Parts: sequence; structure tokens; C-alpha cells
Amino acid sequence: MIKTVAQLKRGERGIIKEFADDILPIKLLELGCLPGNEVELLQVAPLKDPIYINVNGSHIAIRRAMAELIDLEIIDNTTFL
Amino acid sequence: MSKQIKVALIGNPNTGKTSVFNQLTGLNQKVGNYPGITVEKKEGVCKLPRGVKAHIIDLPGTYSLNTTSLDESVAVELLLNKNDKDFPDVAVVVADVENLKRNLLLFTQIKDLKIPTILVINMADRMSRKGITIDIPLLEEKLNTKIALVSTRKKIGIEKLRELITDYKSLSIEPNIDATVISPEYFDRLRSAFPKEDIYKLWLVITQDVNFMPIEKTLYQNAASFATKSKPELKRLQQKETILRYQFINGILKQAHKVDLNAAKGLRASLDKLLTHKVFGYLIFFLILLTIFQAIYVWSAYPMEFIENSFASATEWVENSLPPGVFTDLLAEGILAGIGGIVIFIPQIAFLFLFISLLEETGYMSRVVFLMDRLMRPFGLSGKSIVPLISGTACAIPAIMATRTIENWKERLITILVTPFTTCSARLPVYLIIITLVIPDGRFFGLSYQALTLMLLYLLGFFTAIISAMILNKILKIKSKSFFVIEMPNYKLPLLKNVAYTVLEKTKSFVFGAGKIILAISIILWFLGSNGISNEFKNAEEIVTNKINISGLSDFNQHAIASELASYERALNDSIIEKVYTIDQLAIADSITAKSANLFEHAKRQEISSFKLENSYMGYMGKAITPIVEPLGYDWKIGIAILTSFAAREVFVGTLATIYSVGSDEEETITNRMAAEINPATQMPLFNLASGISLLLFYAFAMQCASTLAVVKKETNTWKWPMAQLIFMSVFAYIVSLIAYQILK
Repeated sequence: MIKTVAQLKRGERGIIKEFADDILPIKLLELGCLPGNEVELLQVAPLKDPIYINVNGSHIAIRRAMAELIDLEIIDNTTFL
Repeated sequence: MSKQIKVALIGNPNTGKTSVFNQLTGLNQKVGNYPGITVEKKEGVCKLPRGVKAHIIDLPGTYSLNTTSLDESVAVELLLNKNDKDFPDVAVVVADVENLKRNLLLFTQIKDLKIPTILVINMADRMSRKGITIDIPLLEEKLNTKIALVSTRKKIGIEKLRELITDYKSLSIEPNIDATVISPEYFDRLRSAFPKEDIYKLWLVITQDVNFMPIEKTLYQNAASFATKSKPELKRLQQKETILRYQFINGILKQAHKVDLNAAKGLRASLDKLLTHKVFGYLIFFLILLTIFQAIYVWSAYPMEFIENSFASATEWVENSLPPGVFTDLLAEGILAGIGGIVIFIPQIAFLFLFISLLEETGYMSRVVFLMDRLMRPFGLSGKSIVPLISGTACAIPAIMATRTIENWKERLITILVTPFTTCSARLPVYLIIITLVIPDGRFFGLSYQALTLMLLYLLGFFTAIISAMILNKILKIKSKSFFVIEMPNYKLPLLKNVAYTVLEKTKSFVFGAGKIILAISIILWFLGSNGISNEFKNAEEIVTNKINISGLSDFNQHAIASELASYERALNDSIIEKVYTIDQLAIADSITAKSANLFEHAKRQEISSFKLENSYMGYMGKAITPIVEPLGYDWKIGIAILTSFAAREVFVGTLATIYSVGSDEEETITNRMAAEINPATQMPLFNLASGISLLLFYAFAMQCASTLAVVKKETNTWKWPMAQLIFMSVFAYIVSLIAYQILK
């Protein structure tokens, strides 16, 4: 199933898939939002927005609208047990 | 003396770059602005081994050389411009040990500019706790550089860094990565078009405006015939470059950098959970706000009182010990009053920035932004606007200075423009005196009308700010990319040294920035109020003395003196009955005569200065604007008070005291005097419900604060915004007061 970062639940993780050019600001890429890197959702703000993620070791908060642009491959948590 | 080594300190935000800067330079630093923009420029001098010195520039924090903000472009511009007088001999990249991967992105970019580059890995004291091990020699070899492992907290590694800077000539200037592989064909064409230029530098110059604005482009514009690529294409190449760099970095770190994940996490996760909780998060934030309020309102009252008293006695000393004349007057009433008006704000500014820098140093501020962002967004504000808006209730000046943390220019500008609507502490004396005068004493559900009115005024200020923000958000057509990315740094204990530097710096920048303008305005006001051309002004003393000789003091002063004498006499008699003093009737009569003469002299002086003010330039201006303020229910005296209180709202009370020639600034006396005032036009009390409400509304909305205008000018670097603020707020205040008065009268 295709998911975006915005659909992650707290504690859930995924791997960033290739994304279309131009969508994300370069700043986000520099912070580690690159294809192949792992994203974990850490916290969600009280009004569901913004969200707080750990990507590639960077702890950052982004608005939900931007999170919807980042496609993910979900890591199945059960395989980690 | 040998030439200083020029060093540029650069790094990601939150890497402790400023701590490194403070450690290197100590107090040998100065903060200014880059010419033409409001980005802070920090420079300092550092002593190195073997008698060498280094001139160090602390560049604004940036994640890469692909600029997205004004701050970042400053950093990049310096590194790209070999002709800049500050162009560094050596760049020091400060990285945070926990985010090494991301920090190295910037490092490799600078290295590829062929500038000698030293890598500082800061916060080394956290390594063992976080389970991090780094093979430094291997990393040095792979990155082709020298590394200093530093902990500013534990004060280790700074000596090593000094050594490395001294020996900068031995650093390799070989680039790390060949960025041209992302599009060999494009870079080949570039190279043949500009054979003399360094290819990576050229690429950075070309891509500067992809994300932001053009900077140093003139060099290459002539050759614009060269077939360029479209912005989306360039942007795609930038992304390719970023990915390429990360591949390089990941490859190296896999060998040289190990993290034992079990050692990490823990405290951070639980603190995050608590501080961003939907109930406790807001509660904790609210409690912190209360503390800040308390500090700004209550704690700073003591130093402020001390400052006020010191300036009052300094003024008195000047007036009494210098020969009377224009110069003494200028010194006492113009310059000293002006400087006093600046210094009085220092306690509030210092307290506010003490708290703000504490919150920032600990990493808590990012959590507040995270918590508030969604709530503020509908109003065109950002989560980061909350701090200025709240501190505006103490004073708009530090509040506007605190907007610097908002990166998005539009959100920052809106915050600056609406902050003056929040009810600052200078409005309080004006509100209190007018509320006492015109709002009846009754109670409503146990709450006094007067307290309710005050509360309504606070709410009015806050909601006006929010609504204007919403309107401005619609009107302002400012294109600023509104992506919101905020780093959530690790929690840290604040470094007191950093906090102290911040407080010192902000206070200094207020005193010397806005201070100059405040001083100038108070000198102008003094001049207008103490000079006049008419005969009445020149012969004021004579005219008033004659008038008093013929018809005595004004009714109000006669009554005031009589009642004061009566109570004085009573007090004397009481003390005799209680056997505190044993004096005869004659001595009592003497004492009363002396007191009476004293009071008479005082009242006479007051009437003279009142008459002088009435006939000064200021008085004429007050009278000239009478037709304008009459529809609001004011007379020329209130007109003058509004004019003079343009310097600062609280001056309103002092001016009325002078005009009504009441002997003291005691609130009660002025209130009595004002209550007795009759409006000549209506023969009704001048201060009634209608004119009172109209005045309250006027002070709620009007931009009656020269200091705020000065700060807005400083922060926006143009007179356009403070002028717009002044005109809009004044017109709006006028219209609202007009409507209120015409309806209520």
C-alpha cells in the first residue's frame, strides 16, 4: 500500500521512495529527506499538525501539507521483533 | 605587527557555533549589521599561539550553500566573493557530533570551493552518553582535512582548534567531490563558456536565485548568451548534487562513525511527549508565560524605579548646580529626560531576552513553535509569532526585536506590524487615570466596572492584533516561500555564558539603535515645549505674576493650598496633643505661614510653566489641532498631551500635570484637577463618559510610541513600514474614537 509521511502513526517507520522533482524544498533534502532514508514519526501536535519526525537522524517538524508529498514504503514492524 | 588570519566560522543552526565563537574571542567581539540588511554580523579577534591573531566572523547558521533566506545568502556571498575584504583565509565548519551526517553536507560544499577548511566536531562530551564512536584519523584522511574534537561545555579542544587555525597553510585545498558528474555535458558547456572561473563556484553563483534571490551576479551577466537551463532543471540538478554528497558522506561515515542505538533515546523522547502533550504541553507553556510576565511586570519594577529616581535626582542636581540658562534646560529636560526614557526600558528588555535565550538554549522554544503553529496559521502568523505577541503586553520594543527568530519574512513582517496593538505597560498609567475619571464605581457580578473596563481593553488590544494580522495576510503580496521546517534540537542545559552574551548584545543593540532616535525626539519635544516667539511666552513670568497679584492663584490651586494647609495644621495640632512636639501657638502660626508661602511659590511656578507651555510652539500646535481633536471630545490641552505623548504614551499623564499646573505627578491630584475641568464648548465636565471612552480607544489603537517606530525602522530597515504603521494606526484610532464620542455624547 502506498503511504505518505502524513499517514504514519506515532512510532511507525517507513523508507522514503523516489519522489517527483521540484516538490520538496531543497532545505528538506539537506536535512536528510532523501530517497532511501528512513523516517519515523515521533510526535503529532495537538491539532494534528505539524508533525515531528526523525529522518536520517535529523529531528525536524514539518507541516502536514508537506508531509503528504513524501511517499513511503512502510517498514513492517513485526519483522524487527 | 603581522597580518591577521581571516577566519569564517560557519555551520548548521544549533551546532553550538556561537559557543565556539564566544570561546575563541571572549569579550573581543562586536555585533553590527551587514550593510543594507538586518542580518546580524558578529566579528571578533582571537589570540593564537606564537603571537598570531585571527579576525573571526561568525556567519549566520545555514544547512548548505543553497540559500533559502537572507541570513544564509550572507554566508554564501562571502564565500563566493574573493574580493570581499572579509574573504576568509580559512573556513571553520562547526558540526554537532549527533548530526554529523547532515553537517558534513555543508562541509563538503565549502571544501569544494577550494577554501582551506577545518572541521570542528562540537558537543564531544555527549559522545559516550549517546554511544557514538568516531575514528578521527580515518575521517581526517577521507575528508582530506584536520579535525578538532571540541566541547565548549567542558572547554576541551579549543586549544587544538587555535593550533589548527594558526597552521592553516598546511591544509589541503583539494575538493572532496566532483560535483560535475551530476550533468557532465552541462558542466562541460559551462567550462568552455567561462574557462577562467572555478567550475563549482560558478555553479553556486548560477543556482543562487533558484531558491532565493540573486546576489553576486554581475560578474557573469555579460556572458548571458550562454544557453542556460530553466529553474526546474537547475533545481533538479541541485537535488542530484545533494544526493551525490550524501552518498559520499554515508560511504565515509559507515567506516569512521559508529552509533550504539541502545545508548540513545530516553530523556528526549519522554520530555518531548510531556512538552508537546495536548494538555500538559499548553499548561507548561502557560506557566512559563506567567513567569515571564511576572518578571517583566513585577521584578523589573524595582530596577525601573531605581532608574527613574536616579534620573530624577540627576536632573535635579543639574538644575540646581549649573547656572540657569538654555544649556542647563537642554541638559536637564531634553537630554537627561531622553536618556532616561531609553534606560528605563533596559530592565524589561534584559528580562525578556534572558527568558527567550534560556528557552532557546534549552531547546524548548522549538517545542512551543511546534505546539502553536497550527493555532496561529489562520491569521497569517507562524508558531514563532507567539513569543513577540505575548511579550508585547509588556513592551512592544523587545517584542519586535524578538521577531528575528521568524525566518519567513511575510510572517515576520505581519508579526512586527500587529504587535503594537497589544496592550503594553506604557498604556497602563493612561488607562488607569481615565478609567478612574469616567467609569462609575459600581459592580457587575462582583467585578468592579473599572476592572472590567481594563480587562476589556487588554482583550481589545489582543483581538485587534489578531484581526489585523488576518487582514494583512490577505493584503500583503509578499512572495516568500512558506515552507515550514523547524529543527527540533536536543534538550541541553543552557550555557550561562551564551545567555549572558545574548542579553548583553540585545540590550546594547536597543540602547544604541533605537536609543538615538528616542533621544532625538525627546530633544525636539523639549525644544518645542520650552520655546516660543510670542510676547506672551517671553514675558510669561511677568504676566502670570501680575495676574496672580491682581486676581490671585487659580481657583483650583487656591482650594488645593487651603485644604493642604488645613490638614497640615491638623497634623501639627494632633502632634501637640499627642505630645510629640511641645511648641507654642506662635511657632505653629509661623510654621503655617512658612508652609503657605512655600505652597504659594510652588503653585506660582507651576502656573508660570503652564502659561509658558500654552504659549510655546507646542502650545500653538496643540491649539492648531483643536479643530481636529474637538470632534473626539478633547480640548487643546488634551491635544498637547497627545502630541507630547507621541514620544511615549505615559508622557500623557506628565504633560497634563504640567498643563493643569498641579504641583505634583501624584495621580490623585491630577485626577481631582481633571475632574474639575469644564469643556468651554459644552459647559459640561471635559472628562465625561463619551470623551473618556474616546480617549481610551484612541490610546488603545494609536501608534503613540516613537521608540516602537524606531525599532520597526531598525528591524525592517526601511521607513516604509513604520510610517505605514503610524499612519494606519493613527487614522484608525481617530475614526474609532470619533465614532465612539459622537455616539456616546
